[in-house]
Amino acid sequence: MKKKLNPYAGAMAPYTLWAALFILVPLAFIAYYAFTDNDFRFTTEHFVRFFTAKSTITEGGVDREVYTYLLIFWRSLKLAIISTAICLLLGYPVAYIMSRAQEQTQKLLMTLIMIPMWMNFLIRTYAWMTILQDKGIFNNLIGLLNLGPVHIIGTETAVIIGMVYDYFPYMVLPLYSIMAKMDEKLLEAARDLGCGSLSVLRRVVFPLSLPGVISGITMVLIPSISTFYISQKLGNGKFFLIGDAIEGQYVANNLHFAAAMAFILMVILLAAMTLVKYITTRYVYGGEQ
Amino acid sequence: MDKIIELKNITKAFDGETVLDGINLYICDNEFITLLGPSGCGKTTLLRIIGGFAQPDSGDVIFMGKQINDLPPHKRNVNTVFQKYALFPHLNVYENVAFPLREKKVPKAEIHEKVTEMLKLVMLSGFENRRVTSLSGGQQQRVAIARALISHPRVLLLDEPLGALDLKLRKDMQQELKKIQKSTGITFIFVTHDQEEALSMSDTIVVMAEGKIQQIGTPTDIYNEPKNAFVADFIGESNIVDGIMLEDYRVKFAGHVFQCLDAGFGKNEAVDVVVRPEDVDIVPADQGQFQGTVTSVTFMGVHNEIIVDIQGFKWMIQTTESVGEGEYIGLRLDPDAIHIMKKSKYSGMFGDYSSFSSELDELSDPNSEEEA
Amino acid sequence: MKLSAKIYTGIILAFLFAPIVVMLIYSFNEAKSLSVYSGFSLRWYKELLRDRNTLNAVKNTLILAFSAMAISTIMGTAAAVGINKIRRRWYRTVMNTVTDIPMTNPDIITGISLMLMFVFMGRLFGAANSLSFWTMLIAHVTFCLPYVILQVLPKLQQMDDSLREAAMDLGCPPFKAFIKAELPEIMPGIITGAIMAFTMSLDDFVISHFTAGAGFETLPIRIYSMTKKTVTPEMYALATIIFFVTMSLLIISNLVDNDDNRRLKESKKKQKEK
Repeated sequence: MKKKLNPYAGAMAPYTLWAALFILVPLAFIAYYAFTDNDFRFTTEHFVRFFTAKSTITEGGVDREVYTYLLIFWRSLKLAIISTAICLLLGYPVAYIMSRAQEQTQKLLMTLIMIPMWMNFLIRTYAWMTILQDKGIFNNLIGLLNLGPVHIIGTETAVIIGMVYDYFPYMVLPLYSIMAKMDEKLLEAARDLGCGSLSVLRRVVFPLSLPGVISGITMVLIPSISTFYISQKLGNGKFFLIGDAIEGQYVANNLHFAAAMAFILMVILLAAMTLVKYITTRYVYGGEQ
Repeated sequence: MDKIIELKNITKAFDGETVLDGINLYICDNEFITLLGPSGCGKTTLLRIIGGFAQPDSGDVIFMGKQINDLPPHKRNVNTVFQKYALFPHLNVYENVAFPLREKKVPKAEIHEKVTEMLKLVMLSGFENRRVTSLSGGQQQRVAIARALISHPRVLLLDEPLGALDLKLRKDMQQELKKIQKSTGITFIFVTHDQEEALSMSDTIVVMAEGKIQQIGTPTDIYNEPKNAFVADFIGESNIVDGIMLEDYRVKFAGHVFQCLDAGFGKNEAVDVVVRPEDVDIVPADQGQFQGTVTSVTFMGVHNEIIVDIQGFKWMIQTTESVGEGEYIGLRLDPDAIHIMKKSKYSGMFGDYSSFSSELDELSDPNSEEEA
Repeated sequence: MKLSAKIYTGIILAFLFAPIVVMLIYSFNEAKSLSVYSGFSLRWYKELLRDRNTLNAVKNTLILAFSAMAISTIMGTAAAVGINKIRRRWYRTVMNTVTDIPMTNPDIITGISLMLMFVFMGRLFGAANSLSFWTMLIAHVTFCLPYVILQVLPKLQQMDDSLREAAMDLGCPPFKAFIKAELPEIMPGIITGAIMAFTMSLDDFVISHFTAGAGFETLPIRIYSMTKKTVTPEMYALATIIFFVTMSLLIISNLVDNDDNRRLKESKKKQKEK
């Protein structure tokens, strides 16, 4: 009897091939380009450049020598962490309020929070530019209250506003989905056993929502650390981020150096995610056992 | 005995649907009281009102003489054992039990002492560091009880706590709960739809249906002297037939006039007559007060359950005698086997076994999950 | 909801909708300014319709999105059916991890990695310009696939295994049994997955930016080059149109899913009532 091919393996074959060719192999190419020069000979010069290149910046009339790429990287990390923290602080109450609302309200709020995601990323960032300009809508509005004007555009604050805006739903979604699953009875039990509202939040809701907090943080941190458009538009190009650097090298056709920076970004994100996963499984309830 | 909780004229509606309709009830200290009724009768809502998780639309909840309608749950000296235990999955057994004490900032050494003692009481010593998700249903149940008892509430509310356990475990837990109640002296308010459970555990049973209290009494009262057809049918098996009260102590039904122990009805008043299946004696046809034809016999282990057609009305009779299907038999009733009830809106709805099948009965058994 | 909760949610929603409202209003602005409103007009919508390059970009975007959707939906559904049957744990973990990569990796990494491979391969075969419609299509299919798989897989897991067996028992050959018994059950997942793939492709800028050929401009790429220069409300008009198209698609997919969930609930309820 002829041995028949397992139909399920057959169904999966095109995808398996595709995933290998277009997901895994390209990642290998990043490493390959990162460690070679223009003639594809092995080199570490790109990494040396990343860690040692210096440039002079003028701050308040004083020239200062800085490590160009390390500064960029540090800035990316800083802005990403600040944006993520703000997303968490703003998003956590929203997710909690949503999860405790009536089912119809929950659905409505969910849709409302998702809607901005479906406006083109470039345009929503650009719209913020028009809002935050010195003579823009925001300043006109607070002008009516005899306040301001405040200079926002071209500052780190503007970049942070842009990041928070763009990635806010990524924070709310995982938080909400874990809180919605939380059994109302557990909260009742806590109240029954003597907890006031704040205590319920601290002793039951928060520990139980930790897996959502962690996935929210990763989902916001990763895109905000690697973004390259927000900083160009809202930071007036003054706050170069790692994404801008990579894109700039790509446009300038320095593919090997672009690959090296992408490689570094990847390694750091991978390390961070492994750490997070370790912490989750080890210390957080609900982590995989 | 002191009244610990009083409920005065409680009503509650959800989305315009009345769930509780003028409930008046007082609960005494040290009592084991059971709220019994089919799902949707409002018993869980009543429990939630006592616990502070729901507020009555009107009426008063009085706890030790004080009106506590709007007092939040964490300020009530009442604790709850939830239907599916509601143990905190992120905490181990020890921390679950210690939860209320940590809230009160009790010193560590004292917490340790109390938790250890409490776990001993519920026979879970040695389980301190286990994850609650790794425990069996019965063990989770014990943790929930320990957690609810550790801060010594005056009243413990139990919301169908045994519903998720299998039969054997359930019997054991019934005994144990009763024991714990006796030894701690805490008032237990127990909610169930299982009449056997209610009969075997309670000091007082409150039978509820459609948001109203149907009857309050001791288990024996409720079983022997049901107030209406609903209670008679819900508690145990009953044959409920139409009868006419000729005069005090004489009732006519099934074509025969019987002596009975009931009095105080009007002359020739139409009444419901309850006869428990185990109270009917089977005799040869010519010696019976009345006769019927056996239409089915089911062997139940300790006894046979037979259905007898008596003038078109099917009776259920439990007997240890063996009779055959189709047999024409005689039946006798002692005066104390007959219980007379006033006609109510439930008359004619229950107590006829003409469409009886044990399978159907099981399927229509109220689901253990009750919507709050 | 408490009043404080309502107010808080209101403020957050105002923040989320501010740019959308700005875009909507200024797309109807008479003047060219993006911050001074000088009266209602459809001027920019008319101008948009005369803009050859933009219309061409719309056409390109749609061609790309439809192709990417079709390929990723078929391949992804087949893959989900296969993955669902994997019994070996390590094998399943490997497949899941690989599927997760395009979703967890930053877009910029996915874009760069594909670009590098395409450029390298192009060089190998001596092509002067290796990036084209085809490279973009491959990239789009790659990042759409996980979304399709993740929509279909749960539906397969929910499904009763005996469904297909029953169909086979009643005389269907295996493939036909799949088409007749299983496919209708997972259809809502497939449709949602397809719509998600379509909108992801429609909306994508970063990956397209790295893998686009010179002759093939999609809308997001066109918007990017437009925002490099001074921007006119024409762009807002365009964005408004895209926004409403995407939103209606999502509403449709939501309805499909809701319908499915309702059916599920109803059937569960019926089981209970029995």
